[in-house]
Amino acid sequence: MAKIIVVTSGKGGVGKTTSSAAIGTGLALKGHSTVIVDFDIGLRNLDLVMGCERRVVYDFVNVINGEANLNQALIKDKRVNNLYILPASQTRDKDALTRDGVGKVLEELKENFDYIICDSPAGIETGALMALYYADEAIVTTNPEVSSVRDSDRILGILHSKSNRAERNMDPIKEHLLLTRYHPERVAKGEMLSVDDVKEILAIPLLGVIPESQSVLNASNSGCPVILDEESDAGMAYSDAIERLLGETIDFRFLTAEKKGIFKRIFGG
Amino acid sequence: MSLLDYFRSSAKPTANIAKERLQIIVAHERKQRHGPDYLPQLKQDILEVIRRYVSISEDQVSVQLEQKEDDLSVLELNVALPEERSA
Repeated sequence: MAKIIVVTSGKGGVGKTTSSAAIGTGLALKGHSTVIVDFDIGLRNLDLVMGCERRVVYDFVNVINGEANLNQALIKDKRVNNLYILPASQTRDKDALTRDGVGKVLEELKENFDYIICDSPAGIETGALMALYYADEAIVTTNPEVSSVRDSDRILGILHSKSNRAERNMDPIKEHLLLTRYHPERVAKGEMLSVDDVKEILAIPLLGVIPESQSVLNASNSGCPVILDEESDAGMAYSDAIERLLGETIDFRFLTAEKKGIFKRIFGG
Repeated sequence: MSLLDYFRSSAKPTANIAKERLQIIVAHERKQRHGPDYLPQLKQDILEVIRRYVSISEDQVSVQLEQKEDDLSVLELNVALPEERSA
């Protein structure tokens, strides 16, 4: 049975698209046929992060409006088997997404894929509401920072009340916390909320902790999902999150500050 | 923290302040979330009526709707009246 997973946050700039790209790619690497759908109508960016921006011909809104079929709009990833991208429209606005239209496209995708990753736009307007409406699971992407945590809690409230599962009294959406841009050093100094602080406030199970890392910017600069950078801490942290998403129990890494040598202790760096 | 930072910075750790503030605001917002949409307006109206007789501030009135059972909700109104000053 195909699963629809929304990557959401409320707040912008916390790493939804980076995480959607990494998680979609990670699931495909594990052999699951996966499609990542960009719901950010008018502000398309998943194509850039995935490195397929020059191959976009038709988009999500074209498919909803019947101007193209799914096969014409889906972009096959060139690096990973069984991985596809459905780009957002760059010229329309969010109102082009209707509940029925989105529902039909997702139903058709369910016939061909194991996982459908919905990359939500920021905010709580139509695009974000549509991205989460049909979800079976939600990955709530959060930075260890007050506004992001508060917005994540708001999104959790919306998942509980305004999703298809909530409206139909079905089993609730399975929620996962993905903490991104984590600085273990700053947490150790008491300058940043810790994993435990955020877990305690949001009270949902932890899927992964992605450390702040130069490799994330390198990845988006080159249009290559960071999970493919197997040497990087962020890439490894996303791989761990995939294992947990698939039901494995594994230890969390990169939660504590690296031990510094005497030289760094004195001079910083 | 490097030794130089130790002398350089006098900043106090702020993560615990962030946590406390979040716990309060999140708890407050969760309570409101479960109430019906008319609750904030109802609170304003009640406040206005009381203000015709006594001068009170917004935080002296609390209006809460509690779902007790499936077919029973209780509207709880709490008003802290200021101390009566005898003339």
